Amino acid sequence: MELADLYRDVILDHNRRPRNFGELTPADATIEGFNPLCGDRLTLRLRFGEDRIEDIRFDGAGCAISTASASLMTEAVKGKTRIEALALFERIHRLLTDDAAPVDDDELGKLAALSGVREFPARVKCASLCWHTLAKALQSNQPQAPAAVSTE
Amino acid sequence: MNKPVTALQPARFDVAAVRGEFPVLARTIHGHPLVFLDNGASAQRPNAVIAAVDDYERHHHANIHRGVHTLSQEATALYEGARDRIVPFINAHSRAEIVFVRGTTEAINLVAQSYARPLLRAGDEILITHLEHHANIVPWQLVCEQTGATLVVAPIDGKGEVHFDAVVALMSPRTKLLACAHVSNALGTVLPVRRLVAAAKARGIVTLIDGAQAIPHLPVDVQALDCDFYAFSAHKVFGPTGVGVLYGRESVLERMPPWQGGGDMILTVSFTKTTYNALPYKFEAGTPNISGVVGLGAAVDWLATLDLEAAHAHEAELLSYATEVLTDIEGLRVIGTAADKASLVSFVVDGVHPHDLGTILDQDGIAIRTGHHCAMPVMEFFRVPATARASFAFYNTFEEVDRLAASVARARRLFA
Repeated sequence: MELADLYRDVILDHNRRPRNFGELTPADATIEGFNPLCGDRLTLRLRFGEDRIEDIRFDGAGCAISTASASLMTEAVKGKTRIEALALFERIHRLLTDDAAPVDDDELGKLAALSGVREFPARVKCASLCWHTLAKALQSNQPQAPAAVSTE
Repeated sequence: MNKPVTALQPARFDVAAVRGEFPVLARTIHGHPLVFLDNGASAQRPNAVIAAVDDYERHHHANIHRGVHTLSQEATALYEGARDRIVPFINAHSRAEIVFVRGTTEAINLVAQSYARPLLRAGDEILITHLEHHANIVPWQLVCEQTGATLVVAPIDGKGEVHFDAVVALMSPRTKLLACAHVSNALGTVLPVRRLVAAAKARGIVTLIDGAQAIPHLPVDVQALDCDFYAFSAHKVFGPTGVGVLYGRESVLERMPPWQGGGDMILTVSFTKTTYNALPYKFEAGTPNISGVVGLGAAVDWLATLDLEAAHAHEAELLSYATEVLTDIEGLRVIGTAADKASLVSFVVDGVHPHDLGTILDQDGIAIRTGHHCAMPVMEFFRVPATARASFAFYNTFEEVDRLAASVARARRLFA
């Protein structure tokens, strides 16, 4: 269990300069994620074109892991269909929680950097908050999903 | 209770000897000697407590107040013996005033439901302060919902201080209860509880002091404080978890109906009329946490063998040293700079979220608390989502403070 494995350069970079950070107007879906244990909060805003995520942005306050995970996620799912994005959610969920899940750098790209989190069970929720929030937004049939997601 | 044998103690507090009494302090975490600075959340256990609980479990366990057999008598004697130890520990008037509960949270809920709920009417007020732990906020909010009473919150200032005048200004004929912390768990502020209680009493306001954070750091004398209720948890004062004490003034406890019904809290039960047991048993329904109470008694006994004045002086030095070295770190801001503080430092570091700090420090073997400390209104007041908190016990050392500072500086470099 190495600190450098958790705080890889990609994570530090996305924490320092989060991508797709801020408001999105107009948005088709706005959904809040909250981790009451640590107080991490994020708001995810999505715009759909046909069935694809045309644009996605987030804001909020969280630790480096949660910020970087959200930043990486928005990059990864932009342009993907709902089904593709949900499949990626499943995949990342396994990556974060299942020690045996393969880490395929070629396929995961920058998202592979999140695999270090699974060595730090106390931090898995930090990394997964944005992904659960995304899944909720995608699974919701309402264009304006009102519910909030909690990782507690 | 044994009196402190001050004459035999060295002038300076013998930290090494005290550390030797805490087996967990010999542990290494991620290859580093443990630096345990999360005492505000829960303190560690000395050998005396571990041995007492072990002895009880191995040789004396049975249900209390129930059997004529030997084990039940032994268990009862140990449980009630612990109660006798609590009386002088907080200088209560009598054992009838010592109610064993699950912890500070349950103590406050007991008072909220048994004292406040039957008494309060719409328009009445409960006065608390802005720095309270959720356990001294939410039980009162529940009572307010149940009775139509209003929760009034006294302000804090930018240092995290509660001003006597500001609290008194909010006392009115509608105020029925003042509930405040003795020491803030998120900021370390020591509140002027003695003066607040006196001001409340002069206005006929009943008072509850949340002593969870004060009990390990300050001498607590409920008669001198003159409060009606004082609540604390065993595990903050080197005892087991799941047990705590509600001190209640006997005349106030007498007037209160039982909170929970069940065994042990009754004298006679029939389907037409049940009579309640005497104090304190009226408030101890069901089989209690016997081994926990035995452990608490052992903790109190063990504390009595220490020179607590010297121990508290050592804590004050630790606090002052930690404040100094942490403040020297560029980009670090101490949250809570009250003139009168107990043994903790809450802080934030530019560019490093407290949770990242917590993980990095843990890799260096240092345990601190990160988060909102169950005091979200305090976090909101200081406009921070969370803080890192180093909270000390008398077994901590200056070297450990140095390691804390070095690790914080390392975290800052990582995120720079």
